[in-house]
Amino acid sequence: MNRPPAPGSLLILVPAFNEEGAVGEVVREVGQVMPGVAVLVVDDCSADATASVALQAGADVLRLPCHLGLGGCVQAGYKLAFELGYEYVIRVDGDGQHDPHAIPRILDVLTSARCHMVIGSRYVGGDTNYTSFSRRAGIVLFRLVLRPILGKWVHDPTSGFVGVNRQALAVFSRSFPLEYPEIEALVVLQRRAFAFEEVPCRPRPRKAGRSSITALKSIYYIVHVLLGVFVNILKYEGGRRRRGTRPPPERLPREQAGLEQ
Amino acid sequence: MDRLLNVVSALSVALFVMVLVSTRRAHIRVEYSVSWLAAAAVLFVLSRAKGTLHWLSEAMGITYPPLALILLGACVFLLVFYRFSIRISDLKDANIALTQRVAILEYRLQSRDEKDEDQARA
Repeated sequence: MNRPPAPGSLLILVPAFNEEGAVGEVVREVGQVMPGVAVLVVDDCSADATASVALQAGADVLRLPCHLGLGGCVQAGYKLAFELGYEYVIRVDGDGQHDPHAIPRILDVLTSARCHMVIGSRYVGGDTNYTSFSRRAGIVLFRLVLRPILGKWVHDPTSGFVGVNRQALAVFSRSFPLEYPEIEALVVLQRRAFAFEEVPCRPRPRKAGRSSITALKSIYYIVHVLLGVFVNILKYEGGRRRRGTRPPPERLPREQAGLEQ
Repeated sequence: MDRLLNVVSALSVALFVMVLVSTRRAHIRVEYSVSWLAAAAVLFVLSRAKGTLHWLSEAMGITYPPLALILLGACVFLLVFYRFSIRISDLKDANIALTQRVAILEYRLQSRDEKDEDQARA
């Protein structure tokens, strides 16, 4: 990524932690589907050869010196993409579960529809055979909680296969949930009157490694996310009451969009 | 009751000394030692000033004054923990921002070096 990105350019962001078995193939597949598009792997201080495998596969690698977890890892990528001037960023997980063939569909909607974020949804077509019963139950719970907050149904609020435009990138590079970020990120955008769409995408089994979500962690996950959603609403509404103003306009002012921490 | 109050006094003195020693050895920064020293001082004063403790326990509706002391001690330590939770959260946020910034700067430096090398070769 030595060259500055062209206007309207796209970056594929791949957060990865100990994914040496899968990340290389993910990068190569993305390169086949989207030739010429920059791929940035954010290595969350892996203990294995994730970074070197990604480099060999042709990706650029942003190496975090300490393990930050998914949210901090993704945000680091968003910050770099924003600073480098990218217009669109699509996040593809490093475990190979996201099919890169859905990237053009996500990009199409992102560039043509008036929305700031596009979610690659596993459930838009109504097929729910991809996940276990308990996970499906959790997703149904989140859908019900998010419906009144977002003002519309979101079929797959936990999907990490997400594309954002530059306005959303500006917001996320300043404020992004650190643990289990997907659902809270939706609320962060909604509070700023940003719009999102979902496109169908078929998930695949992991290419290597295993999920870090255990039964006990699932309960923690649900409590954490619900609390995070609640806190985000309070934070935003509290700020709005203090300012005594209406919600910010859809488009961020230049100075605000360019503001970095 | 006196024995329990003496134990609380001894524990608060031990806490006070331990925090002072840790501060002197720079294991605890001075600004963080203040909360612990204040907590130890409050416990010591209340365990020695029996009149004040009786008045406090009556005000709280507790018939057994040492129980009031233990409750107050728990409240004091909860406040200390709460203060440290805020501080830890601040530090974690700063740590994440710094980690991300270091990674981005390293990336940009490396990109610049590679660009310079390419130009030198050309």
